[in-house]
Order: sequence, then C-alpha cells, then structure tokens
Amino acid sequence: MIGSLALSLTIHLALLLLFAPLLQGVITKTKALFAGRVGAPLLQPYYDLARLMRKGFVFSRTTTWVFQAGPVVGLAVPLLASLLIPFGGLAAPISFEGDFILFVYLFALSRFFTATAALDTGSSFEGMGAAREVTFSCLAEPTMLFTLLVLARLSGGLSLNTLFGKHLLDAWHSEAGTSLGLILVCLFVVLLVENSRIPFDDPNTHLELTMIHEVMVLDHSGPAFGMILYGASLKMMVLGAIVVRLALPWQTGWWLSDALLFMAGLIAMAVFIGVIESIMARLRLPRVPQMLIGTSLLSIFALVLVLR
Amino acid sequence: MIWLVGGILLTALSGVPGLFFQRHGDGGERVACLLTLAGTASGLIAVVSTLCSGHNINLDLIWSIPGATLALHLDPIAAAFLLPLFLVVATGSVYGLRYWPQREHPGNGRKLRLFYGLISGAMILLLTARNGVLFLIGWETMALAGFFLITTEDHKKEVNRAGYIYIIATHTGTLALFAMFALLGHTSGSLMFPDIQTLPIAGSTLIFLLGLLGFGMKAGLMPLHIWLPGAHASAPSHASALLSGVMIKTGIYGLVRLTSFFAEIPVWWGWTILLLGAISGIMGVALALAQHDIKRLLAYHSVENIGIIAMGLGLALLGRSYHLPLLVSLGLAGCLLHVINHGLFKSLLFLSAGSVIHAVGSREIDHFGGLLKRQPWTGVMFLGGAVAICALPPFNGFISEWLIYLAAFQPLKQAASTLGMAVLAAPALALIGGLALACFVKVFGITFLGEPRCNAAAHAHEASALMLIPMATLLAACAWIGLLPTTIMPLLRGAVAGWSGSSATTLAVDTFAPLGWVSMAGWLLLSLLIVLGLWLHRRSHNAPRNIGTWGCGYRFPAPRMQYTASSFGDFLVQLFNFGLKSERHGGKVSGLFPSGAHFSSHTPDAVLDRMLFPLFRGSAWCCRYLRSRIQNGEIAFYLLYVVLTIIALLTLFTL
Repeated sequence: MIGSLALSLTIHLALLLLFAPLLQGVITKTKALFAGRVGAPLLQPYYDLARLMRKGFVFSRTTTWVFQAGPVVGLAVPLLASLLIPFGGLAAPISFEGDFILFVYLFALSRFFTATAALDTGSSFEGMGAAREVTFSCLAEPTMLFTLLVLARLSGGLSLNTLFGKHLLDAWHSEAGTSLGLILVCLFVVLLVENSRIPFDDPNTHLELTMIHEVMVLDHSGPAFGMILYGASLKMMVLGAIVVRLALPWQTGWWLSDALLFMAGLIAMAVFIGVIESIMARLRLPRVPQMLIGTSLLSIFALVLVLR
Repeated sequence: MIWLVGGILLTALSGVPGLFFQRHGDGGERVACLLTLAGTASGLIAVVSTLCSGHNINLDLIWSIPGATLALHLDPIAAAFLLPLFLVVATGSVYGLRYWPQREHPGNGRKLRLFYGLISGAMILLLTARNGVLFLIGWETMALAGFFLITTEDHKKEVNRAGYIYIIATHTGTLALFAMFALLGHTSGSLMFPDIQTLPIAGSTLIFLLGLLGFGMKAGLMPLHIWLPGAHASAPSHASALLSGVMIKTGIYGLVRLTSFFAEIPVWWGWTILLLGAISGIMGVALALAQHDIKRLLAYHSVENIGIIAMGLGLALLGRSYHLPLLVSLGLAGCLLHVINHGLFKSLLFLSAGSVIHAVGSREIDHFGGLLKRQPWTGVMFLGGAVAICALPPFNGFISEWLIYLAAFQPLKQAASTLGMAVLAAPALALIGGLALACFVKVFGITFLGEPRCNAAAHAHEASALMLIPMATLLAACAWIGLLPTTIMPLLRGAVAGWSGSSATTLAVDTFAPLGWVSMAGWLLLSLLIVLGLWLHRRSHNAPRNIGTWGCGYRFPAPRMQYTASSFGDFLVQLFNFGLKSERHGGKVSGLFPSGAHFSSHTPDAVLDRMLFPLFRGSAWCCRYLRSRIQNGEIAFYLLYVVLTIIALLTLFTL
C-alpha cells in the first residue's frame, strides 16, 4: 500500500517536474515552424529557468511580502493539484470523494495571490491585468463545473480518478459521445483561458495595455519570475492532463506505456495549441466574455444531453 | 441549565451598570466587557457540556402567560448557531474597548454598550426558546436593540434613514411571524414548539410562506434584503460584525427550525429556497462588486453568503422531499457549517475594516491604499478573512462550500427526474465563488496594497493590541475549522440527526469521511507554501528595494494614477449591468485640449432604490391626489359626504 503510493507519487512528480517546461518549448517551436523560422531550441524553457534561478532580485519600493507570495502560491498550487489528477492511465496518488472541488479551488487560490501580487506594485497596468484575469476566470469557472457534472453523471463517482476512469472509452462509443465531444471543446477553451494563450491572451505581445497574464508579472524578477514561469508550465501540464485523458481514454495497465501515451498526447496538444496560435489572432477584449459565455452554453447543452 | 440562564442574563444586562458610571470615565465599558465575557463563557460552558454529554438540556417553568410554559431547550441545531455567537459577541466587546471608547464617544458609548449586550442576550434567548411567545419576545428585543445599534450615531442623516428602513423591514417581518406562530399554535394545539416531524402537511403552505417572509426578511434573502446594506454600513464596526455575523443568521435558524416541524416537506419548498438562495448569492456578490464603500460592500457579501447558506438548506429540503438521506446530511451540514463560518470570517472582516476606518477616517475604498505597510497586522487579518470568504483552501469557507458542492452533485446519482435540475446549484456556486474572488482581490488590493491615495492613509497607524487580539482569535478559529474540519463534524452530525429525525445510524459515518483528506491536503498546502516561501525569502533578503515600479517607460507615476476600486470592478459590473444598472456621471472628454473633467459612478440597490422607492413614491402621490380631490375645502362637498354616509348606513341597516 505504502510502497505503491510512494511509487505512484514518484512517477507523478517526476513526470510533472521534468516534462512540463517542454510543452512551452513545443508550442514555440511549432509557431516558429509555421512562420518559417528555425526558432528557439526545444529545451529553451529549461535554459531560461536555469538562467533565472541564478539571477538576483529587484523589488519595487511599493511592494510588500504579498508580492512574493504570488510566485510561491503560483508554484505550490499546481504541485499539489497534480497529485489529485490522473496522468493518462496513471491514477492520481491522492484521491477521495469530492477532490475535484479542491482541484478547482486550489487554482482559484493561486489566481487570488497572483492578482493581489500584481496590485501590490501599484502600477495601473498590472491592476488592469489583474482585473481582466479575475473577470475571465469567473466566467470560465461555471463551464468547468458543468463539464465536471457531465463527467460525474457518466462515471457515477465523485473523485477525479473515477471521473477519468476506464469507462471513458465505452462512453465515447455510447450515445454520451456527443456530450464528451462538447465538453472536450469546452475544457480546451478553459485550458486556453487559464494558461493565457491566444485567442484569449497573447503571451508574446509587445504592448502592456493588451496583455492579461504577462502584465501581472511585469515587476517580478530573478528566481521569483522563474517560479512563476515554472508554475505556469506546471499548470498547463496539469490542466492539459484533463484534456489529454478525455481525448485519449486508452490505457494499457503497464505504467511505462501509459506514461508514454500520456506524454505523446501532451505533445500533440502542445502542437495543436501552437497551430491555433499561428493561424488565429487574439480576440478583441469585449469579445472574450462573449466567447466564454458561449462555451458555458455548450457545456450546459452537454449536461442536458446526459441528464435527460 | 444554570449556566445557560446565567449566560443570557449576564450578556443581556452587561450594559446596565455602565449607565451609573461617569460619563467620561472608562469604568463602565470595562465592567460591560467583563460581564459580556463572563456571560459568553458561561453560555459556552452550557453548550460544550451539552455537546460532550450528548443530552439536550431542558428548562420548563410555569409562567403566567397563557398557552405554554417558559421552556428553554439546547440541542445541537441551536448549538451550531450559539457557538459563533459567543465568539463574535466576546471578541466584539473587547474590540469595542478601543474602537468606540467612552472617552471619545461620551454621547453614545453607553447606549451602544447597553444595546450590544441586550441584543446578544436576546439572541441567546431566541435560539434556545421552545415556546412561540418566548421566541417572539427574544425576536422583538433583538430587532429593537438592533435598531438602536444601527442608529448609534443618530445625529447623522443617512444613519437615521438606514435605521428607519431597518425598523420598517424588521416589523413587517415580525408581523408575518406573529401570524405564523398563531397559525402554528392553531395547527399543533399549543404555543410550544411541536416535536420534530409531527405536524401534518395540510395547511402548512401559509405557515411556510409567512415564515419565509418573516425569517427571510431578517436573513436578508435577495428581494427582502433592502434594509441590510444601509444598516450594516451605518452601525459601528463591531456592531456591524454582530449584526452581519450573527443576527441575520437568526432568520436562517427560524427557517431550519420551522421546516423541522413538518412530517413531509412539499417539493416546492426546497426549490423556492434553493432558487432564492441562488439569486441572493449571484446578485448579492454582483452588487458587492459595484460598491466602493467598504462596509456596504461587506454587507452585500452577507447577502451573498446567506444565499449560499440558503442553497444548502434548499438542497437539504429537497433531500427530505425525495427521501435521500445523503443529500439531507450534506446539504444541512453545509448550511449549518457555513452559518458558523460566515459568522467567523464576516466578523473578522468587519473588525479589520473597522480598524482601517478608525485609522483613515473614511469608508471609501478609493481613499485607502498602501495600508499593509502602515497596518501590517490588520492587513494580515483582513487577508485571512478574504481568503476564507472566497472559500479558498485551507480556510473554513472551503469546507462548508465543499459540503454544499457535494450535496449539489448527489442528484446525479439518481435516475433522471426533475430533481436533476438541482445540480445547477454547483455552477451557480462556482460563479458566486469566482465573483467573490474578484471582489476580494479588489478590496484587499486597493485597500492594503499599492501607494496611499490620500494623506490620511499615508499617516495611518496600526490598531492597538486590544483590537488585534479579537481579530487574531477569529482568524485562528477560521484556520482551525479549515485545517481540522473533522473536529466540528460531531456537532453537525448531531444537528443533522436532530433536524431530519433519522437516528444517527442512518447517517453513514463515512458521509463526511473525505474531510480527513481535505484536512490533509490543507496541511500539505500549508507546508509547501511555508517551505517555498522561506526559500524565496532567504534567497531574496539582500535584494535592493529602493527602485520604483516599472511604469512602462513613464518616469513620474503618482498615487492617483493607480487602478481604483471602480476601475477594477468595471468590467464585471458592465457584464452584470442588466441587473445592476450602474449610474455613471461625467467622464466625457471633448475637444483637442480638454480641461479637467470629473467622473463618478454609483450603483443603487436593485430592489430598494429601483423598485420600492418608486413604488412608494407612486402610491404616496396617488394618496395625495385622492386627498386633494376628496378634501377640497368646499363645505358643500363635506355636507354631501355626510349625507352619502347616512344613506349608505341606512341602506346597510335595512338590508
């Protein structure tokens, strides 16, 4: 019991900690290839993190300890949340009835502290970013709950391990497949919003006024900024794990092949995000809430289909 | 029993000796504080001994009022409401020593303490009363004492206005309750509270509707919340904490107690309360987002939290109607735990907001800023309260909302039926949670972070220890329930058993078992945060801290250029404009070289200012019009009225 728990914890954390930054690299590479450039090496995010960890800090005189709490919570939350979510066929090490609510609220905690850390600088740009972040997230949150309701209805259980259990494969083939398709789209949109990707936010834009997430972390520097970047890639992998599990519900039962399938799925997802970022422009700001409400409607529709 | 009666008497009369003390001395307030502490301690002993022994305590005395006996009864349901009451009353009275000292407020300090004690005693009485008359005595004392707490500063015009709106609202509610208890007495044959699940369903509709009006008015459910924002903003902060943290819960207590009397619960009761809860939750938090007065904002959050509590109760009622014990226990446990939790964190927020108001001398959030540097401890307390009220782990708000979420997911396990609609409570709760988070990021960020926006904020001082210790006690209680939720579960289990009538055996012990995991996750999160935080702190403590914030190239940023509370909330307020209808004045820029311009925005209450005032103004106009027609000053008409009346009477008699 203890031995298998330790093993699953080790595999989970090793996968998460080592693999997560690669996704950012894959996205950047895809975008570069689309634009006809060679692009940065795939491992560039790792080099960036290593460089940031060696650097010193610069703090604004306006800031307080809350400014440092932002990166700390932003890194701790995905770490803890990853223990609740199954990585493909690998079951989550910690699992109990209702753990998905803890999962959702952990990310809310990280949002709270990222946004307050942004307000701590007293810059109106960062205030703007914080306001946008909390606005869009509270529109994305009901969608997340609707999709969880659909999954709970299909699985009959209330823990993330049963929600994303073996029944998914059969469910895809049954008449619930339509619902699963709809919530896959919804979850992918939530993933894009939460990780501030195009079309909701452009991580590479050059103008502070148009940023959302990037502008909130403008004043962070050195290892604290490194923690933010690392936390962001962990978050992408943890939320991506949901999408990948839903899209690729196969599992072999042997941990190595399951892990390989999962990683392949994540890389495919990163390539897909890269393609979207290459062919789409960022939405105008007033369009974002409309898009999110539209997604909520899709998820309501999916729920109606399984509840009838 | 002697402890409970002692507790009621000591707290209720704690302000009386102060009346005989010197007007400018501080003897009276110390005596009042000591008596309140002694009273709450004595009440706490009664509650704890009841919970530990597992036997409910009863008192039955003959009194001269017809129809019933003087009966007090203490059971786990009452205990769930009494525990936060004792803590909030005690911490508030200590806090009041420095927040509203007699020396600085010789005019109204004694009045405030007299009614602070009286309202506390009255609430203990009504929560333990077993008799309709006794309950109403407690209820009315509480309502009137509440009026005097709200109008502490009765020389201010807006305070008086808030007080009058409160007293009209509360008496409308009391009127409904008188009718309700009369009907209840008629049905059960006695003014004593009936035993649980004994009353027949026949004739219960009117009782429920009257109870919903009376208790819902006190609780502040959405269309009935009209008195709440103004009243809670006007009272001194520790009185607001008591009103918001404890008094409005007596309305919930009434609903919980009332619904326990009936053998069967009609399905529409649960739906009504669930729907009202969802409306209160969403509109309450949306209205809160639009406010820029910190205490009004917190008051609207009380409406929101009462909504969440009502959603828990609504789910539990649906569980009773559909005979799903799991739904009953999760819903009611979530409802009662949220009652406790809201009492704790809302008082904490009101007390820390009071400490800010005390230091800056304004309630406008846009006047604050940078207070975390000037009031580091108050800031930490407020932050703790904000994290707790947003239901974020590892604090207590998460535990109760987690229970309500689980309850909302229960209908999924049933075959498809209308009950399935109840799952919509979960996304509604998520929306409320997201909006509350936005709101508290705004309040905490604009108040405590950044640069001070006015001179008073720049020279603010930290609160004294006597104000900080009560806040720290409340914060510790919040963290305790959040990190060790299993310790509070026996109380909730007892209350659920006492409400649903099912013996404790049908309540599977493992209903709440995952809470052990939640608690473990909380500790894990806490230790991760501490380890990472310490590492970052050690790594950064030599870093330079003397440069300005990056202004995107602009070199001379001023505090006035910071984001304000209104600008932070504007995006969401615009999205909810269909229900809020904010008023915006000015802000238009014209011409090539525009001169100075002003901009202000204001969000009036959706029900009071938008519906009731126009309605009342309209009916007043109609009455004036009629009067000017009838009473027009011509003698001939008056003689005609006399003749007409006589003819009418004659016809009446001959018929």
